[in-house]
Amino acid sequence: MSNPFQLRGMKPTRQGFGEGLVVLGERYDNVVVLGGDITGSVMTSLFKERFPDRFFSIGVAEQNATTIAAGLALSGKIPFFASYGAFCALRNADQLRISVCYNEVNVKIGGGHAGISVGPDGATHQVLEEIAYLRTLPHMTLLVPCDYLETKKATIAMGEMVGPAYIRFGRAAVPFFTADDTPFEIGKAQVFREGYDVALIACGAMVWESLLAAEQLAKRGINARVINVSTIKPFDVQTVVDAARQCGAIVTAEEHQVHAGLGGAVAEVVAKNFPVPIEFVGVKDSFGGSGEPEELMEKFGLTWKEIYAAALVAMERRDRGFIGYRAVKDVPRYHPEMLEADGQPAR
Amino acid sequence: MSAEFPIVFESVTFDNRRRRPEEFASIAQMIRRDIIKSLVVAGSGHSGGPLGSADIFAVLYFGGYMRYNPQNWWTPRDRFVLSAGHMCPVLYATLANTGAFPKEELRTLRKYNSRLQGHPGRDMGLPGIETSTGSLGQGISIAVGMAIADKLLDRNGYRVFTLTGDGELQEGSVWEAAMAASNYKLDNFCWIIDNNDCQIDGRVHEVMSIYPLEEKCRAFGFDVLTVNGHDYGELCAAFDHFIANNERGSGKPTAIIAKTLMGKGVSFMEDRYEWHGKPPTWDQARVALRELGEDIPEPVAA
Repeated sequence: MSNPFQLRGMKPTRQGFGEGLVVLGERYDNVVVLGGDITGSVMTSLFKERFPDRFFSIGVAEQNATTIAAGLALSGKIPFFASYGAFCALRNADQLRISVCYNEVNVKIGGGHAGISVGPDGATHQVLEEIAYLRTLPHMTLLVPCDYLETKKATIAMGEMVGPAYIRFGRAAVPFFTADDTPFEIGKAQVFREGYDVALIACGAMVWESLLAAEQLAKRGINARVINVSTIKPFDVQTVVDAARQCGAIVTAEEHQVHAGLGGAVAEVVAKNFPVPIEFVGVKDSFGGSGEPEELMEKFGLTWKEIYAAALVAMERRDRGFIGYRAVKDVPRYHPEMLEADGQPAR
Repeated sequence: MSAEFPIVFESVTFDNRRRRPEEFASIAQMIRRDIIKSLVVAGSGHSGGPLGSADIFAVLYFGGYMRYNPQNWWTPRDRFVLSAGHMCPVLYATLANTGAFPKEELRTLRKYNSRLQGHPGRDMGLPGIETSTGSLGQGISIAVGMAIADKLLDRNGYRVFTLTGDGELQEGSVWEAAMAASNYKLDNFCWIIDNNDCQIDGRVHEVMSIYPLEEKCRAFGFDVLTVNGHDYGELCAAFDHFIANNERGSGKPTAIIAKTLMGKGVSFMEDRYEWHGKPPTWDQARVALRELGEDIPEPVAA
């Protein structure tokens, strides 16, 4: 089975967020947007130009903006506040916890510049820890869409649901591959590629890399299932448990610390329901740094190659460790030369 | 061993109307007694700040300044946000005295499943609790958000009051909120600062000075009034000033710095920061209630 998705181009997910806000603004009079000085960068500027009376600049004051948003929500508005994730998920962590989530108000946060693909700005602006925090907050909905179009759909959906929600998106232009009819639903992980040998569970830009890794694995006769977890919270337990049961080996991939993010969520669910080997692809307990996005993704091990290698390791652990487990086939052991021999996956 | 005695909440409520300054004294004393009673039953909680601000609450809620319907709280109304969430015993006692909920419920303060949480929790649905607060510095921003919602979007003409402590002003985000209030010309926004110069660790000016306070508020764009927080005439004048500002569209938010004594009304608590975060024992409560005008008989010797 080849990649079921066609690459439609390169587009930043933040553009999907900005466009989604404009759609919401057209549909609902009570959608308002708070700016944190970087409105062009997180593309809330699109809303600001279109609906200037419903845009409020709060300045470089993320704690205040988050709490003002809570006050607006308590007055019947649907406020969106967007900044970089480093500042609107972590600097305002207490405000999110008390004034937004404990209050259970309809505040929506757009967290841009997520992951190391931020590029030249360096470690301070490359947030790699916020999934871990946000998914522990009661009442929170946490979305990590995989491309431009899914970000747009997710932005609209979060505006139309009731309750606190956060959406994570990035700066760099990344593969745009989903279509209008690609299913998206808050709370549902989508199987983007069917397969029964190993499950590649990813979020954000790592979904495309997982599709590439799956294609490469197919060259060795391995059918990988690719799952797009666009909602980290509430977590789609069933889809992940099905993957554990049916594939017996899992790789998680995220542009986030390997600890306590998507991988952590998958591990919790799998350990409780159907324990199988899991390999984790992500940033390994380090900060990012300056560079071009592609250079950084290579350096920090966030490409299809690491997912490919991790899949072989996970399958080997399964086949050695689970006596009596169905022998899938002769799973090749991973050697770096394999990548040379098999060539690049088609984009 | 501190001898317990029966706690009786007087089933009196007060209406909300223009009053002469001297009429507030009996209301404030009632609020203070209810604070002491709820705290002694709870066995934990904050005494000093609630007692010290009871006069402010009496004037705000029973002097015709806040507009609300105690029978049906969630109808169009003015908003009050207790940014200093730990001072909730005074807010609960005040709300009970409006008739928003039965006074008996004050007995449940800080108890399991109570609507009177240790710090206000919106999830409990107690009439008059607009938002959860307790992490200092956040309530004032929420209040600014509410003021923006009405002044710039809905234009229903409601007013937003918030009360912060003075130690709370050490939280930097308070000043972010203040900046936003004047930036958006929120003349429907009234910030009351309960300035007793006490916090848990000691005197505010020693723990971390917030002074000069009046100048700070003025520099942040507020119309600032400093009043004696126990003088009903001065408090009335300050709220009148705020409402006049709002009615003529001054374009400036109002800050009322109310100089208060922590623990006001109870001799052994007055101006003592040690009373920030603890409740009276039963013996202390007996003395306190006597000083506040309720005669509690001496325990019968065994």
